[in-house]
Amino acid sequence: MLDKVKPHFQEGGRLHAFHSVYDGFETFLFTPKSTSTSGTHIHDSMDSKRTMIIVVMALVPCLLFGMYNAGYQHWVAIGAVEKPFLSLMLYGFLAVLPKLVVAYVVGLGIEFAVAQWRKEEIQEGFLVTGILIPLICPVDTPLWMIAVATAFSVIFVKEVFGGTGYNIFNVALVTRAFLFFAYPAKMSGDKVFVSTDAIAGLGEGTVVDTFTGATPLGQVAVQAGEETVRITSTVGDTVTTSDMFFGLIPGSFGETSTLCILIGAAILLFAGIASWRIIVSVFAGGAVMSLIANAFSTPEYPASMLSVADQLCLGGFAFAAVFMATDPVTACRTNVGKYIYGFLIGAVAIIIRVYNNGYPEGAMLAVLLMNAFAPLIDWCVVQSNVRRRERRLKLKITDNE
Amino acid sequence: MAEKIKNKTVFFNPFSKDNPVVVQILGICSALAVTAKLEPAIVMGMSVIAVLAFSNVIISLLRNTIPTGIRIIVQLVVVAGLVIIVNQLLLAFAYDVAMQLSVFIGLIITNCILMGRLEAFAMANRPWPSFLDGVGNGIGYTIILVIVAFFRELLGSGTLLGMQVVPDSFYAAGYENNGLMILPPMALIIVGCIIWVHRSINKDIQE
Repeated sequence: MLDKVKPHFQEGGRLHAFHSVYDGFETFLFTPKSTSTSGTHIHDSMDSKRTMIIVVMALVPCLLFGMYNAGYQHWVAIGAVEKPFLSLMLYGFLAVLPKLVVAYVVGLGIEFAVAQWRKEEIQEGFLVTGILIPLICPVDTPLWMIAVATAFSVIFVKEVFGGTGYNIFNVALVTRAFLFFAYPAKMSGDKVFVSTDAIAGLGEGTVVDTFTGATPLGQVAVQAGEETVRITSTVGDTVTTSDMFFGLIPGSFGETSTLCILIGAAILLFAGIASWRIIVSVFAGGAVMSLIANAFSTPEYPASMLSVADQLCLGGFAFAAVFMATDPVTACRTNVGKYIYGFLIGAVAIIIRVYNNGYPEGAMLAVLLMNAFAPLIDWCVVQSNVRRRERRLKLKITDNE
Repeated sequence: MAEKIKNKTVFFNPFSKDNPVVVQILGICSALAVTAKLEPAIVMGMSVIAVLAFSNVIISLLRNTIPTGIRIIVQLVVVAGLVIIVNQLLLAFAYDVAMQLSVFIGLIITNCILMGRLEAFAMANRPWPSFLDGVGNGIGYTIILVIVAFFRELLGSGTLLGMQVVPDSFYAAGYENNGLMILPPMALIIVGCIIWVHRSINKDIQE
């Protein structure tokens, strides 16, 4: 079908003005037939669109679990004993679908418009960003806020710097940071992480009296001055580390389940897309910093009393480590640089989480901060290589003399 | 006649073609600090106009007697004196705004626009053109401040000059003020947007 409409979009065709839209769809659906026209080139089926598709596939477990968890948290909140699986999934699906649609329509709309205006091919970078945005936002984020934040970050973080591949910051994370700073009331606290309204007649019921919708880290942050920290589910049961690992806790849509994130990580690593160096070093950095925090734990900073496993499973830490830090555009390029970059992300995330009770979660800010430092780290690594080789060269010369 | 045309360009050029903020990129610091609300931005702009105009005149009158080696010190003394006068006037007649502006009135003395105009213009021109140059540059600075403050107050607080302009029905429908607009980074982004628009209109100053 695409081949049939193709002539319209070629030079001189009626719809030539929209050729970049057509090109975007064609290469999205098929491996491009064209080969590069000059010089030597290596060609395989892994163009960047395929890469993006694999990342999207890796996000699917998180998305599915996010749907289930959104429903589950809602059913817990209304005090239902029975939790029918299908209704749970449908509820979560209906909760996330509008956000996905809004993120894609706004983001892709801007990308298409800019591509037409600059007469370039459509860049596919937004494919992943569009699915990440709903996953890292609280389930009750209003749609118009997502639209504004997506527009802001696509224009000012991506297009201004030259489009896909030139952005210095992670676009999805800037969207979340924009929401976080612009509309703090809708992005933190105990009202937004669990959807309490019925959607399309599903999940009718009133919220039970003991309900509190705060995330585990949100709860910890307000317990300053107490001897031990207590984390409870929305209706007051104690939460264990395994709950945190499997993800049946309130939180942003797709980031609660460490298990699903690890499945995604396995897909990414198997396909050779994400860098294991970054993922491993982010977790290492987080673990080391948690141990340090444990060693100097005080009631003044309650999060310093959380165990290492809890620190790594809670909040957006694992999600940021696997899907955000590994973004090849904004991460370090050199191998040594990747270790440093990842380790610092982990450490800074825990530092912010523990030593600033105003920000219960630091993973987002840590990744953005290290995005800014990534080129500097690379530069230092390259320079130190250059110096080492210079020294080796000098040694050889003096030996010869 | 030639003199008159020159005075005119001296006065109007800083509005757009040679704007101190968006073309010379001076005075950005205060543009970020005082523009969260429209009222302090306007007061700040007027203060800068006054200080700039009169320091230009004074330095222009003294220009032939100031020894070159200590001219920066002399300029600073003049500017500091004027800034203190403006600050005292504000404290006396507009106390609330003066409190909001806090140190930024005092910091006019470090505003690059001031030293820039004194060095570049007042030291080499007669008092009347210097006065026009001071007022022109002050207005150019104020225009940008007011534009930035307009957007920041409208989107960040839903008000203009302290009066609510976003209707209550908007809030009832789920609209919320953008907290990021109140924070300084957004002022930088708005200034960036103004420069963007300005350069796309004036193709000749694109680099």
